[in-house]
Amino acid sequence: MATTAAAPADRGAPELVAPRSPQQRTKPGAAKVRSNFELYAWVFMRISGLLLFFLVLGHLFIMNILDGGVQRVNFGFVAGRWASPFWRMWDLVMLLLAELHGTNGLRTVINDYAERAQTRFWLKMLLYTSAFLVVTLGTLVIFTFDPDL
Amino acid sequence: MPKAPAGTLYRGREGMWSWVAHRITGVLLFFFLFAHVLDTALVRVSPSSYNEVIEVYKSPIVNLLEVGLVAAVLFHALNGIRIILIDFWESGPKYQKQMLYIELVLFVVLLVPAAYRMLLHTAETLFGSAA
Repeated sequence: MATTAAAPADRGAPELVAPRSPQQRTKPGAAKVRSNFELYAWVFMRISGLLLFFLVLGHLFIMNILDGGVQRVNFGFVAGRWASPFWRMWDLVMLLLAELHGTNGLRTVINDYAERAQTRFWLKMLLYTSAFLVVTLGTLVIFTFDPDL
Repeated sequence: MPKAPAGTLYRGREGMWSWVAHRITGVLLFFFLFAHVLDTALVRVSPSSYNEVIEVYKSPIVNLLEVGLVAAVLFHALNGIRIILIDFWESGPKYQKQMLYIELVLFVVLLVPAAYRMLLHTAETLFGSAA
């Protein structure tokens, strides 16, 4: 899985290095660029996960279990909830955290199972495009909701 | 414990299977969130189109799937807390198996009453109220 970043043009097997040798981060000779991105992503998963624990379980409890559950949900119910800035904020924070948490999770899954550099690249492009759409659409809906529609 | 087969890092037992379940529930929830943002976005189209799609959520079969959704969220949430404890609590790695069994007990204890509440209306519609 951990192969050199640049795949040869003939997509032949990447150069094999000895097992357990340190990961080569850059091409030999290129300036060393080390980033802490993976560390920040790891921390983000734990912090967002802890917040989502309360946000999502609370959301499910209110929408699916509390008096009548999903049977009472309709446009009027949503309008009633979103009349309060508190619930709009709740839904906005939950949307952003959940989508980013899920996107980073799927990025990990793609990195684990997609072995060809091209496949990894296009799967991640698809992932980031869908994440952008979901975040944009969801945010727009929460901010521009019109109860008198 | 038998040695893991050569050529794999998968070790089986509690550690691996909880990781597998965490990954599967996570991917499922990601795809559900995609669909859920789209269906909720219909509140911006018209009240009737939103109400129409929400009717799907109230139908018996989708109602049953919602219990599956709640189960997936509940497992992922509880197991996520376990992962955080493994990472940050000094005895976390030592007690990861015990924590999984506590987690599974909590999972059942919380899911059963939730599923009961969620399915009550559907059961009454399908089979008539026994009261």
